Amino acid sequence: MNTFLPFLGTSLFQMLLVGLLAPLFLGWLNIVKALLSNRTPASLFQPFRDWSKLLSKESIVPQGSSDLFRWAPPAVFALLLTSSLLVPALGTHGKTVAFGDALVLTGIMALVRVLMALGAIDTGTPFGNLGGRREMMVGFLAEPATVLVIFTASILSGSTMTFQTADALRSGTLLPTPSLVFGGLAFLLILLGENARIPIDNPSTHLELTMIHEAMLLEYSGPSLALMEWGSAIKLVIYLLLGIALFFPWGLAGDEGLSDLIRAGGFLLLKLLTAGFVLGLLETLMAKLRIFRVPEFMTLAFLLAILGFLSHFVLEV
Amino acid sequence: MYRIILKILKTGLLTEPLSVTSPESPAPFLPVAKSLSIRHVDAGSCNACELELHALSGSYYAPERQGIRFVSSPRHADLLLVTGPVTCHMEQALKDTHDAMAFPKAVLAVGDCACNGGVFRGSPAVRNGVDAIFPGTAKIPGCPPSPNILLSALRGLSRPVSGDLPASS
Repeated sequence: MNTFLPFLGTSLFQMLLVGLLAPLFLGWLNIVKALLSNRTPASLFQPFRDWSKLLSKESIVPQGSSDLFRWAPPAVFALLLTSSLLVPALGTHGKTVAFGDALVLTGIMALVRVLMALGAIDTGTPFGNLGGRREMMVGFLAEPATVLVIFTASILSGSTMTFQTADALRSGTLLPTPSLVFGGLAFLLILLGENARIPIDNPSTHLELTMIHEAMLLEYSGPSLALMEWGSAIKLVIYLLLGIALFFPWGLAGDEGLSDLIRAGGFLLLKLLTAGFVLGLLETLMAKLRIFRVPEFMTLAFLLAILGFLSHFVLEV
Repeated sequence: MYRIILKILKTGLLTEPLSVTSPESPAPFLPVAKSLSIRHVDAGSCNACELELHALSGSYYAPERQGIRFVSSPRHADLLLVTGPVTCHMEQALKDTHDAMAFPKAVLAVGDCACNGGVFRGSPAVRNGVDAIFPGTAKIPGCPPSPNILLSALRGLSRPVSGDLPASS
């Protein structure tokens, strides 16, 4: 009982934090993109508005679809919200709530991807099929690179627990090592691919033939759609938090002191604002790749991850 | 790359300030204001209305700032926006699209053709407007209606249910 209450409190706080940061980050990203296309942006809270509208709407289950279609959105949302416990947001104090390491996180992401693809294929529409298959292709190409990047960062700390890795890197030197630079570059490519951003997928497209992520959501409506979109936003924030923990851990709080946490919150906000600006700039400057170029893109990520992994042994031992 | 960034910085904000909406704009139907997803169906239009809709989604009018956006699936949509006189061939497609949308939903006829058949009125190949399929549809007349008229009508549709539209924001 003594340890259970603080555990519950920290867990709920972490999930609430990531769950609320996700729509805010999406709103910020849209503001950056709107400004870069020379237009007046919508408010920061537009995702809240859109999703509360969707939650108040009816949810339609297409004819011929099974329970898989109905249960995929809540399952995806719950899995993603739970996996937010695996990455440090404010400080490494949260290691009490982590029930697994970064490899478990990769596994949960794979499970989420399979559920989404199955839910899309379940309706039997051609575009759902198309999107589900493409998503699986991007996923299986990104996964080995993700695992290698995690290993690269873990060699330095001797643990694949993200909290311990961040803790070790946080107290290390500010100068990035070659392996972390390569790893960071690889992680950026993985982040773009895994979260359906340009150049792999265009999140604002209306052209079904070029869609990957959107094509899987075409049949969802109302609350189901809200859960799916919210889940995707949470996934993006989790990847950003993982990237911050592994490559920019400076400013994370070490212990549970309140002033430390507030300072860490400021750093986190600054990092997320920067990340949103960089992502928005990348999406404005780049065009979407042809689907057959995606393997090359993900191979580049894998190559960079390998380089990072090897350069640790060549240059740093 | 630098050329694009330079161009963005040199161009600056292009969006025009919002104009005052006319009081007779269509009534809102959604519980949440400033969030409206639109599915557009071309029911035999000559594409003049489509050109205006394209112009509407550009940087000058920026409907996204008001939460108004076009979506790629009727399942995501609140509003079915119809252009064209509703040809017999498109009648079933229009009904199917409407059936695929989740409640609460509404239909909006854009352009003279969708309102009453326009220049095609009386042809055996058309249904003389959206009213024949969905009676009591909200209408935006014009051949074609300008983006400003479209934007003010769409803003009217997405305003709070009980409340007047702010003059400008």
